[in-house]
Amino acid sequence: MTPLIEARNVTKILAGTVPVTLVKDINLAIMPREFVAITGPSGSGKSSLLYLLGLLDLPTIGDVLIDGRSTNVMLEDERAEVRLSRIGFVFQFHFLLPEFSITENVALPMRALGGLSARAAASRAEELLSSFGLSDHLRKTPDQLSGGQRQRVAVARALANDPPVILADEPTGSLDTLATSQVFDILRDLVTRGGKTVVAVTHDLNLAARMHRRIHVVDGRIASDEATALAANAQ
Amino acid sequence: MNLILSIAWTHVTHRARQTLVAIAGVMMGVGFSIMMAAMMEGSQDDFIKTLVDALPHISVTDELREPTRQPAEIVYQAAEFHGLTPEARRPGIKNPMAIIASLQSWVPGALTPSVQSKAVLRFAGRNLTLSIVGIDPRTEVGVSNLATHMRQGTLVSLYRASNAILLGDRLATKIGARVNSNVTLTSAQGAVMTARVVGMFHSGFRVTDETTGYVLLKTAQILEMQTGIVNEIRVRARDPMNARLISERIGEQTGYKSISWQEAQEDLLSTITLRNVLMYTIVGAILLVASFGTYNIISTITHEKIRDIAILKSLGFRNQAIRSIFIIEAGLVGLAGALLGWLLGYLLTWGVASLEFKTPFSDYNHLPVLYTMKHYLLATAVALASSLIAGYFPAHAAARLHPVDIIRGAT
Ligand SMILES: Nc1ncnc2c1ncn2[C@@H]1O[C@H](COP(=O)(O)OP(=O)(O)O)[C@@H](O)[C@H]1O
Ligand SMILES: [Mg+2]
Repeated sequence: MTPLIEARNVTKILAGTVPVTLVKDINLAIMPREFVAITGPSGSGKSSLLYLLGLLDLPTIGDVLIDGRSTNVMLEDERAEVRLSRIGFVFQFHFLLPEFSITENVALPMRALGGLSARAAASRAEELLSSFGLSDHLRKTPDQLSGGQRQRVAVARALANDPPVILADEPTGSLDTLATSQVFDILRDLVTRGGKTVVAVTHDLNLAARMHRRIHVVDGRIASDEATALAANAQ
Repeated sequence: MNLILSIAWTHVTHRARQTLVAIAGVMMGVGFSIMMAAMMEGSQDDFIKTLVDALPHISVTDELREPTRQPAEIVYQAAEFHGLTPEARRPGIKNPMAIIASLQSWVPGALTPSVQSKAVLRFAGRNLTLSIVGIDPRTEVGVSNLATHMRQGTLVSLYRASNAILLGDRLATKIGARVNSNVTLTSAQGAVMTARVVGMFHSGFRVTDETTGYVLLKTAQILEMQTGIVNEIRVRARDPMNARLISERIGEQTGYKSISWQEAQEDLLSTITLRNVLMYTIVGAILLVASFGTYNIISTITHEKIRDIAILKSLGFRNQAIRSIFIIEAGLVGLAGALLGWLLGYLLTWGVASLEFKTPFSDYNHLPVLYTMKHYLLATAVALASSLIAGYFPAHAAARLHPVDIIRGAT
């Protein structure tokens, strides 16, 4: 089976008077329907790794393959197209456009990709938001929602173009316990019921334990990469 | 609405105050440019109109286009002749009435014969050099505005006395002559006559009003001491702008020197061209300054929206799309400013045109203005272009942002 995302010898060095190595010699493959936690100490390079896997950043050495296709030879616009159609991103902070309603925010990637009329995009956005319990807030702007609600909107937006994989960088990092479990449940359901792949950075080891695979990063290198006890027990 | 357009629209409408300031900048630029162009071109048109009204559109004089050939040149084939004195030539246009009749058949306009002469006018012990123009009052009416410039008497008054003269009002005032005064004229040819002042005119041109006298053809011919002489045919073309072309054809047909008003006033016309270059430079500068406002707001928006830009790019928006958003915003500001500028420009032009001036130097008490769509479209084109260019630079910078740099900084 072709991995959805595959990193081959990926190294990222920031040029400068003192070059900084963010990640080093990363080799990994993300397969369909995986639920992956990336853990590690603060500053170990988890976010950097996620940006590389999501084509937000270019590796200094190595290559990232999406659906088996090499991306380091792609033009910037081609990588943008892959991001738009094949990858959904969720950041620690919601990163929604403040002037637009949450429905418009979720419809945004659909309309950028094209193929859907504005009306069709809006109604699909409303469906997505309603399925995350936000049907009462469709016309609101992000600042009228709580942190947990906003993060659910962000997940909905990541799903806008129905990508096979969601990359999330500490999606619950700024949420309280209740909101955290709501967002986590949504992500888990995406895998178990929606057939999606979710890769989430988290420093919360309890959450990581409830996922299926854990990649532990230390000093920009993969220290360990194994199935969690939960997944082992399920087999 | 198109996605890019709706994002652009949202950005500018959510910054109403800044946007309005930028729009006002463009509006002022376009408005004042339109007013300035209207005034400049209005006064220029007015000036040309006055000029064209005051001068014959075409003047055919008795100078030949080519120097007369020596009889020896006609008889002998030789490379060059030396030491021949030019043949004395009888001044005046040959067969003027026949030429006029033949020109009348095709020249679109009116023609009149005249005699240009010089004389010294003596009155009350003062001597003044005068340009004497011998005219035919019946055809003069169709060619010059002299009839409408009459302050006292009419052209027909010239028939009242055997030697009658019309004087410019400034001249008359200067020497203290009145209607029915008798003045003495002495021509360059030596003729002396007493003429009666039968009328006064005011053309508005100082030189004319101070140094010109109109008499009948016959009277001027006596002063020139040559019966039947006509040394100028003046033409008023129906369309003054055609004068140059008609003049050329007349010259070819008659062999006499024919000069259109454009050629006669070449210096003035080139001054006007220079003035136009100046005007367009200033107008361009005004619009350019206005575009700084546009640059300012687009630049501000791209800075304020740096996180949104990173979000859009991380979602997969292409650079081109990001650039378009901000260029469209600049276009919206430019367009709104230009359209409001039309209104402002129209009102300013109207206001300037309705101001009343009282000056001792001119007969006009309103500033002449020109309303033409050309000014509005031109100002809009320049304002839009400079707004788009002003927007392009921050838009381009925004599109090249690396989203990771901003996202990293934000978390
Ligand atoms: N622009 C940068 N310049 C220098 N160092 C950076 C820059 N961005 C990140 N780093 C460093 O790179 C390392 C990895 O950062 P990051 O991927 O954000 O780690 P994590 O997400 O695991 O906390 C950190 O030590 C961070 O300080
Ligand atoms: Mg991080």
